[in-house]
Parts: sequence; C-alpha cells; structure tokens
Amino acid sequence: MSSFVVDKNGIKRYAITMNVNGSDYTKVIKANTLLVDLLRGDLDLIGTKKGCELGDCGCCTVMLDGKSVNACLLLAVDCDGREITTIEGIQDGEDLDIVQEKFIEHAGFQCGFCTPGMIISSKALLNETPNPTEYEVREAIAGNLCRCTGYVNIVKAVLDAAEDL
Amino acid sequence: MKQDYSYVGHSVDRNDSYAKTTGHAQYTADLKFPGMLYGKLIRSTIAHGRIKSIDTSEAEKLNGVKAIITAKDVPSMKYGLSPARFDENIFCIDKVRYNGDKIGAVCAVDEETVYKALKLIKVEYEELPAVFTWQDAAKEGAPQIFDEYPNNLNTEIHHHFGDCDAALKDAHYVRTDKFQGQRTYHAFIENHCSTAYWDGDRAFLYSSCQSVHYVQYHLCRVLGMKMGNLTVRQTNVGAGFGGKLDPTGLDFTAVILSKITGQPVKMWYDHNETFLNGRGRHPITMELTTGVDKNGKILAHKFDAVLEGGAYTGLGIASSYYAGSLLGVLYEIENYKFDCRRFVTNLPPCGAQRGHGQPQPRFAFEHHIDLVGEAIGVDPIEMRLVNARKGNSITTAGYEVKSYNLVGANKMARDASGWTDKKGKLPVGRGIGVGNGGFVTGAGFCQYRTDYPHSIGMVKIFDDGSKAYVYSNAVDIGQGSDTVLMQMAAEAMGYPYERCQMITGDTDLSTLDFGAYASRQTLMAGWAVKRAAAEVKKKILAKACEMLRASGRVKEGYGYLDGPLTPEDLDCVEGIVFIKQEPAVKLTFEEVARKYFVDHGVLLGRGWYHPGKLGGNHKGAAVGTSPAYSSATQVAEVQVDMETGQIECVDTWDVHDSGTIINPKLFHGQVHGAFYMGVGETIWEEVKFDMKTGKLLNGNFSEYRLPTALDMPPVESLTLDDSYEPNGPYGLKEVGEGATTPTMGAVANAIYDAMGVSMTELPITYEKVWRALRDKKASGK
Repeated sequence: MSSFVVDKNGIKRYAITMNVNGSDYTKVIKANTLLVDLLRGDLDLIGTKKGCELGDCGCCTVMLDGKSVNACLLLAVDCDGREITTIEGIQDGEDLDIVQEKFIEHAGFQCGFCTPGMIISSKALLNETPNPTEYEVREAIAGNLCRCTGYVNIVKAVLDAAEDL
Repeated sequence: MKQDYSYVGHSVDRNDSYAKTTGHAQYTADLKFPGMLYGKLIRSTIAHGRIKSIDTSEAEKLNGVKAIITAKDVPSMKYGLSPARFDENIFCIDKVRYNGDKIGAVCAVDEETVYKALKLIKVEYEELPAVFTWQDAAKEGAPQIFDEYPNNLNTEIHHHFGDCDAALKDAHYVRTDKFQGQRTYHAFIENHCSTAYWDGDRAFLYSSCQSVHYVQYHLCRVLGMKMGNLTVRQTNVGAGFGGKLDPTGLDFTAVILSKITGQPVKMWYDHNETFLNGRGRHPITMELTTGVDKNGKILAHKFDAVLEGGAYTGLGIASSYYAGSLLGVLYEIENYKFDCRRFVTNLPPCGAQRGHGQPQPRFAFEHHIDLVGEAIGVDPIEMRLVNARKGNSITTAGYEVKSYNLVGANKMARDASGWTDKKGKLPVGRGIGVGNGGFVTGAGFCQYRTDYPHSIGMVKIFDDGSKAYVYSNAVDIGQGSDTVLMQMAAEAMGYPYERCQMITGDTDLSTLDFGAYASRQTLMAGWAVKRAAAEVKKKILAKACEMLRASGRVKEGYGYLDGPLTPEDLDCVEGIVFIKQEPAVKLTFEEVARKYFVDHGVLLGRGWYHPGKLGGNHKGAAVGTSPAYSSATQVAEVQVDMETGQIECVDTWDVHDSGTIINPKLFHGQVHGAFYMGVGETIWEEVKFDMKTGKLLNGNFSEYRLPTALDMPPVESLTLDDSYEPNGPYGLKEVGEGATTPTMGAVANAIYDAMGVSMTELPITYEKVWRALRDKKASGK
C-alpha cells in the first residue's frame, strides 16, 4: 500500500503515482477519490467525461494498462503504479489516431459528449482484435451509450479504421 | 431549381471535428474559474405538501459551506412558457408539488461538502394527499395541486373543422381505437450544468441550454435585471432533444449564489436529478375515431387526447397543441375534431422532447389507420397514398404548405424495403410495418410576445481578408448547426468554407437567435446568415469592380463590355472574384477585402429573418404554423420471438422529404439518431415512479433502458432528389425531429404484422408481447 498522511479529522490521504498518457504524476488523495475525479479535477484532463457516475453510460471510459474501464467505477488508489490512457493520450503529436480520423470522416459523433469514451473503447477493441466483425464492434461499444447517432456512423468508423490499420 | 454549389450539398467535415475527437471540446461542467464554488439544489422528499419549516442551521455550521438560500432569499415572480400559465417559482414558496421539487440551494467549497450539507438540512412538511395519474387528478374531490387549475385541469383544447358527425354517418366504415403512451426522457448524456460569476453589476452565466436568448430573457424577467446586464454564454452542449430549453433551477441559482458569495458558482445536476428536472415526453391517453370510404379515403377523424403533465406547465402547453395540430398537415382531412386536456399531477413536469407532442399521436394514428385499412381490405401504403397531403395546398386549419412530397416518400420507401414482396407474405414472427410523420421547420411564433426578428445573422471579414466570422446565437447541441450555417454563409459570399469561423453561444458577442427547438435553426438562422453573407458579397463585388477599373486590366467598351465594368459583371466563388464573361481576369476575395478595410474600415454583412404572418385564425393556431413542413415515411421489419416475446428490429428504411440537403453526412446522422430515439421509445423506454410516494424509480441508465449498439438496427436513409422548399434558404427544410415521428408507428405496425395481436400501449415491451401471445393462445384464436 502506498504511503499516507492523516489530516486533523483523522482522514487518511494516500500518495499515489500513476502514469497518465506517458507521464508520471504523483498525487495525494483520499481513499474514496474516483479515478474520473482525479483525471478531471487534478490533472485537468477534461476529455474524460462524467455522465451517469454509475458505470452505465461509458462516457468516462479510459484505458487501464491497455484495457477499457469506466473511470467512475475505479478508485484512484487502485491505479497506483499503473498506466492510464485517456482520449488526450491517443494521438501522436499533431497526427490524429486512425480511429479519430475515421470518426471525423464518417461523422461518428454529434454532441460529442460520449465520443472520448467511444473512441477509447474502439481503440481498446482494435488493440486486441485488429479485424473485428461488425458484431464485435457493437459488442465492444455496447457499454458506451450515445443518444445522438444511433451508433450507425460509429460502427462504420470503427470498421473502416480496422481496414486501414 | 438546383444548382452546382461549392459547399451546399457537400458532406464537409463538422467544424468541431478536432475538438470533439481529441477531448479538447469544453462543456459547461468542464469550466473552472479561480475561487469557484460548487452548488446543488435542495429537493423535496415528498410528492405534495406544505412547507412548515426549513432548518438550515446545522448545515450552515459545516466548515466550507458558503451560502444556503430558500424561497425567502429569491424573487417570487413566476415563470413558464405562456403568461396565462406561469406557475413555476425559482424555489417552492408554500407547497412542494412533486418528489424532487426545488426548495432551495447550497453552495460550498467542494462537491463533497455540498453533499454533506444537503444531508444536514431538515425540511418539515404538512403532507397533503397526492395524485400520480391524470385519472386520479381528474376525479371529483381530488387533491388540488394549483389554485389556478381547478380540478387539476391545466389546459383544454377543442378544435373542430368541418362536420365530423355528419361525415361519419355517410362513411363506408367507422372504427374507434384507444391507445396509451408512456412517459419518456430525453436521456442526453451531459447533465445540466450552470456556472455564473459577477463583475460589478454585470452577471455572466454559462449554461448547457438550447437557447441562450430564452435563458437570458426568462432570468432577467424573474430577477429584475436589464438584459444587457446578464450575458448568457455557452460552450459545447452534450445534446438536448428539448430537455435543455426551459430555464432550470441551476440557471437562476448560479446567478443568485454567485452574487451573494462574490465568487463564481457552479451548479450541477447529477444524473438522477436530470430525470427529476424532467420535461420529457408526456404520457398521452388517446382515442381515435375514423370514418373512411371504400377506398380508404378519410372522411372524418376525431382525436381525443389527455396529457399527463406532471407538476408544472412549462412547454407542456405547446406539447398539448402539437399533439393534434399537425395531423392535418400530414393527411388531407376535411372534417377533423381535436379535443385535448392536460392535467397536472404530483410528478416531475413533462415538456418538449424531439418531435414535440407528436410522436405518440403519430403512433396511435399510424397503427389505427392500419387497422382501418385491414378491415376494408386496403394495403397500408395504399391507405397513406390515398390520404397524403400534396404540396402547394392549405390545410383545413389554414396552414399554407409549399413543398410536400409524402406520396413520393411512401412510394420510395415501398420500393426500397421490398414491401410488395413482404407484406402479408412473411412467416409468423416476422413482420413489416410503415409509418408516416413530419414536422414544422421552425415555429411561426416566438415563445413570448415580441416583434423581434426570429434570427439575426452577421458576417465580419477579418481585416486582411484571411478569415470570415459568422455570427449567430443558433445553438449547436450536436445536430451540426454551426457547420451547415457556415456552409450556407460561405456559399452565399463565395468564400472558402474552411476559413469561416462561427461566433456563437454568447449574448454579448454574437447575434440574436431563438435557439434550438422546433427544428428551426437551419431555416431561420440559415436565412439570417445567408442574407448577411450576400451583403458581404455585394460589397466585395463593388470594391472589386472599382479595383479592376482602376487597374486598367479591363477593356471597357469592347466586346462583351459595351459600357463600363459594373459589379453585376462579376462573381465570386470560393474566394476568387472574376469577370463572368472573362474568368481569367480575377482578384482574390482576400485582397479585395483588405482594400475594403483600408478604404472603409470593417467589412460587415447583416441579415435577419422573420417568418411573417402565417395562417390559421382559430385559438391556438400559433402552434403548428411554420414556413415549411417536412414529411417522412419509415418502414421497419421486425422479428418477434413467439415464445419469449423478444423483439428484434431487423431492418429499417427512412425517406425524408427535407428539401435541399445542405450536408448529406450530417443529414443522415439526424435520421439515424431520430430513429434510434423512436425505436427506444417503442420497445424499451419508460420513466417509472412508485405510485404510493411519487418517488422516481429508474433515474439511471441501467433501469431506464436506452438501446445499445447491439439493439440498434441498420437504417437506410434515403432522400427525394426533387425536393425543394421555396421558403427555405437554398430550398431546405427540417429533418431532426420529423424523422422521430414515424418510427413508433412503423415499428408497432411491424410488430402487429409479425405477431397478429394489436399492441396499443407503449412501450411494447417483451413482457407485454409475451403476455399478449399467451392470451391469444389461451383464447384459441
């Protein structure tokens, strides 16, 4: 367990270090701090959205050691020593990732609020399954709700990205 | 009519593509200001009662709490949509009217402290009996929710055109059916959020809303502020679908609390609270009676609707009118009677949701007309072709309809779906169904009485000509209005689209627009920016003419120029100004704009739009008037598991009569999303309450069941090539809401075709289907 300090009310605060988008960050946090709040509040990585806060909508999806997870269901202390990739971390400098490019080309987003999570879930799928079937794409994003697009253009974008990989 | 355009009709990428795919796009909840406080509303925990006392003393002692306010601390002026039904206060003054009603607000240094403080606030009530259904609300001696609505009757509408009773007497066949809709919710993913701060006597409010203008108007009216002293701003909005149109308690309290504390205040809803804020679709109880001749031509139609409104009126008054006002646009019905009542109940208020008031009545009518057709032996699409409105006509209610090709939409949908080979020929459990719909392209009237234009546009060319700023407070809630407005502006001034920039979401910096509702922006803000851009082009051509004449490059008085060069001899396309008869003689827009700046200062174009006086003289005619009406046909094919009742929507087709399509890629996206919401409401979605306490039961996405990517069928979105609307800029009309209206009918009809039992209650859940099949089996039919 990481080291901690105790405040005047007897509440413990833990020092954790995690790698986010390639850089190490050390933060002192309470045990009940959620990963989504740490990313948004402390690191200003606002691309990770806060929606339902119950693990239903998927708009806070990030990659934890390469696998997609809901950042609203993870305690930040559990991410000590681990690698997080958020939407801000998937492009290569100025160059967008192929998934981002295909979302743009196919208009795979409208209001954009689910988009970061949707792109992360798609990336996580393609990392493991570079040639997914349409069903596999739908299954991979089934935990990401989008009220605008009916998923039609999102599925097209992900399948097209797989073709170009 | 159609021309070759540089940008109109092209699938250009959205202007927010980079921001939204990289996570850089900011939404209201992403904003941070130095010293910002966090706040939430104090909510009622009972459905109906008098507030006896509110004890905030314990909460005030909590370290980090900065302010707690209740009704005594805020103005008591009521607000709403229609002045006759202004019935909502910032906070409840004497009574709470639903479980979750607004009692006060708390702000503190961080979110955790806010939640702790909320738990320490004690509200004592004198509990009153409550009503949760319109049937209970309408009973003799029912608890009265508002003094101003005796018997809880909030609205009553009686429209009667022609003579229904006489026509029904002569009908070949008459049929009556009853239907029940359910309460649904917009279910955008971004929760409402409002953040405000003050600078001297000026307040600045960021709100995740659908109209910066209406938020500014309503807040200033209630708070007694000059509109020039309240700036309403907007970042990206995580969708709205009608649920971010009314001002929320967050908007008012962010402004008030930041004034009291002298610090920026962020007010936010968590997900459950967005459901408590409500304003989703009304459950409607409907009875339809139709008389037809032997060909299926409708001779008379009676529609009785009762809307269950929840606690306040808000946009619900418009929902009531919309429930009946557009049927006569869709079909030519000479004798039409519409009776409607809206009751208040002790539940969160209902309001506007995509297709406003219309989708459930469309479901009822579209299924009813299939049952009528079945009884007289007429195919469903034939029934619709016989009754469909034609263009250039006037409805029974007096609405003028220009372009309208519902006939073409039905025929195209029939051919694309293989209807003729499928209808009546599919195996048991498989079914195909059709539904029609459509919508207004902008409402004919503002939400409040004003003689303002409905939209103002402006274009400013940057000093050296390298950028065109397009001004409009039209709100891009995801539908892509910024992109299509810039496409139209770029087209109209002959300037590269890629170098246009939208200036929007700011009541100080940008120009008036009423916002995103009634599918109005592409047409209304479209006209405004198109006219502004055309004025810029006129100035550019005049300046270019002057420059060319001064340059000596033009041989005036010879050949095609028998006199001096005039601006009319020039055109400008994609940033190049040229002589139409001699395109090699040209200047760049940029150099002409720069010269204009040097000679005259800033290069501006201004435009406006007002729909003018639109038809209909009966009471309530305002709701339903529009400069242009879309129409649409959808066909759905479903598979019903005859053992379990599970429904799979297998394939769907949509043909939208939408005029000129400004951006096909975004257009089809609207159709997909509209169908998605419609199919969700048909099969899965329903907001539920405990019927003893009025407590919300499923204010989350695991129990309020949205379709996932695994549920969503493919949608083939088709358009009519010859569709052109003379009242729309470039011939356009709406798509976003109209495409939701046929869906419930199409899917319900397909389910009926598959299982042979008519399902008249929404949502048509697997369980209801299973029960209906079981009953059918038991009855031995």
